[in-house]
Amino acid sequence: MTPAPPRLVAEGLTLRYDARTVATDLSVVVPDDRFTVVLGPNACGKSTLLRALSGLLAPAAGRVLLDGAPLSSLPAKERARRMALLPQTMSAPEGITVRELVHRGRFAHQRVLRRHSASDRDAVAAALEETHVADLAERRLDELSGGQRQRVWIAMTLAQDTPLVLLDEPTTFLDLPHQIEVLNVLHRLVARGRTVVAVLHDLNLAARYADHVVAMRSGAVVAEGPPSATITEPLLRSVFDLEATVLPDPLTGAPMVVPADSRD
Amino acid sequence: MSRPLLLGSQRAHVGVDRRELAVCAVLLVAALGLGFVGLWAGDFPVTPGEVAGALLGAPFPAVEPIVYTVVVEWHLPRVVAALVFGAALAASGAIFQTITRNPLASPDVMGLANGSFTGMLLGLVLLGGAWAGIMAGALVGGLVTAGLVYVLALRDGLRDFRFIVVGIGVSAFLAALNSWILLRIDVETALFASAWGAGTLNNATAGAVWPAASVLVVLLLLLPWGVASLRQLELGDDLARSTGLALDRHRAALLLLAVALVSAVTTVAGPIAFVALAAPQIARRLVRSPGIPLAASCCTGAVLLLGADLVAQHVVPLTVPVGVVTVVIGGAYLTWLLRREMRTDR
Repeated sequence: MTPAPPRLVAEGLTLRYDARTVATDLSVVVPDDRFTVVLGPNACGKSTLLRALSGLLAPAAGRVLLDGAPLSSLPAKERARRMALLPQTMSAPEGITVRELVHRGRFAHQRVLRRHSASDRDAVAAALEETHVADLAERRLDELSGGQRQRVWIAMTLAQDTPLVLLDEPTTFLDLPHQIEVLNVLHRLVARGRTVVAVLHDLNLAARYADHVVAMRSGAVVAEGPPSATITEPLLRSVFDLEATVLPDPLTGAPMVVPADSRD
Repeated sequence: MSRPLLLGSQRAHVGVDRRELAVCAVLLVAALGLGFVGLWAGDFPVTPGEVAGALLGAPFPAVEPIVYTVVVEWHLPRVVAALVFGAALAASGAIFQTITRNPLASPDVMGLANGSFTGMLLGLVLLGGAWAGIMAGALVGGLVTAGLVYVLALRDGLRDFRFIVVGIGVSAFLAALNSWILLRIDVETALFASAWGAGTLNNATAGAVWPAASVLVVLLLLLPWGVASLRQLELGDDLARSTGLALDRHRAALLLLAVALVSAVTTVAGPIAFVALAAPQIARRLVRSPGIPLAASCCTGAVLLLGADLVAQHVVPLTVPVGVVTVVIGGAYLTWLLRREMRTDR
C-alpha cells in the first residue's frame, strides 16, 4: 500500500503584496497529523506563507493543493470545513460573549437560513472544553485577560471542526504560563489526530512541542525536519544570525537554545 | 432550546435574541400608534372612528368619500412611505456600518446623498422638470456615485478606511458641484430643488409611493439572507474568509443591496439625512447587542422617520422638509446616548 499523499502541499509559490514580492518558488509539504512549527526572523514571510496555505492570499504563481485539489478551485465554505486559520489580526464586536464568538466559528457548517443545529452546539461546547474556557462561556470577551481571550479565539477556530488547523503567532503577547497552556491545547489536538501548523517565536518551546520544523529566511525555506535536525547551532546562525549553544533540554532531551553572552 | 427565528438570530446559544425581539415589538407598537396619528392628523377634520372606517371598512361605519380620499389616498401613502423608507434607510446604514466596521459610515456620509442630488439636479435642468426625469436622475446619480466610490476605493481588495475616506472625498466634491448648479439655475427651480435636496415626503403621493414601497419591501425581504454574512464580517476580513465566507462576492452583494435600498428611497423622497447613520446605532444600544441588529435597526428607522415626518408636518409652525427634522431628532438622541455611554463607561 502506498501512503496517501499529504493533505496540504504548496508548490512553487510566488507571494506578493501589491508590488512587493515576499517569496518566490516557495514549496512546503505539511506532514499529516503532526505539529508543524514555522520559525524565522521577523518579516521572513512566515505569516505570508500561512496566509497562502489557508487561501487568504492568492499566489501570483504556483499553487496550493488541499487533498490533491487546487485550493483556489474549492468553494469558500468547503475549504473552511477542512482547514481553519487563526490570523494575527481579528476583531470582535463590542460586548460579544465567549459562547457567541466561538459559535461564529461554525459558519462553514451552517446553511444560510437554518443556523444553530445540535451539532453546532456540541462543537461549540467541545471547543470550549478543549481550551479550558467553558466556565467563561457567558462572560463578555472584553472582560477577559489576554491569555483567556487568546484561548477563546483558539476555541472559535476549533469549533470550525477542521482536520487542519493553522495559527499565526497564537502565543505572541502571552506570558510564559499562558504560552504553555496554549501549546498544550495544540499538542492535544495533534494527539487526537488533527494537523496543526503554527508560527511561533520562542525557539525552546518550538523545539519542545514541534514534530516538524520549517525554518524560513527572506521568503525561502532554509531547513525542514524534526527539531533535533533543524534547531542546531549552524542553523540558528544562518537563519537568525544568532550565536548560541544548543544543549539537550534536561526534561525532554529536545534541543534547547542558550544564546551566547554577547554583552560588552 | 428554542428554534431560531430568522431575523432575530443574533445570540447563538438561545437562537432568538429575546431582547431584540422585545425591542422590535415595542417599536412596532409605536409605529402603529404613530401611523394612526399620521392617518388622522391634518387640515381636513376627521375623527379616529372615521380613520378606522376608511381603512378597514366593515365592521366600522361607512365613511364619506371625501374622508376616504383624505385618509387612504392622501395620508396613507405618506405614512407607508415614512415607515418603509425609514426601515430601508436604516437597513442600508446597518449594512454599511457592519461592512466597514465603522459607526460613522453610512450612505449619506459616503456620497450617495449628494450623488443622488447631483443626478436630480441634472435631471431637473436637462430634462425640464418632469417627475420621471427627476426620479431617473436621482437614481442614476446615486448608483453612479456608489460605483465611483467603490472603484476608486478598490485597490488590492477593499479596505474599510480607504472606502470611507474616498466616500467622504467624493461627497464633498459633489456637494460643491450641487451648490454650483443651484447658483446657476433660476430661483424658483432652485427653491424646489433645495427642498428636495433636504429630504422630504411632500412628494409621497400614491403614484410615487406604491411602486417604490413595493420594490423596497422585496429588497427588505432579502435581508435575512445577509445576516449570517454580516455577522462573520464583524470578525474582520481575514477571519470572515477563513471561517468560510466568500468575502468579495458577499460584500459586493450586500453593498449592492444597501445602495439599491437607499437609491429607491432617494428617488422619491430625496436624500433624507441621518436615519441611515443614527438608526443602526440607536438600535444597537436599545438591544445591547454586540453587532448591529438588522431587524431592530429597520424598526428603529421606521419609527424615527415617521415620528420625524409628523413633527415636520404638524408640530413645527411651518411645514419643513422631514430631512431637517431627522437631523435634529436623530442627532439629539445620538448625542444623548453617546454622552450617557461615556459616563457609564468610566
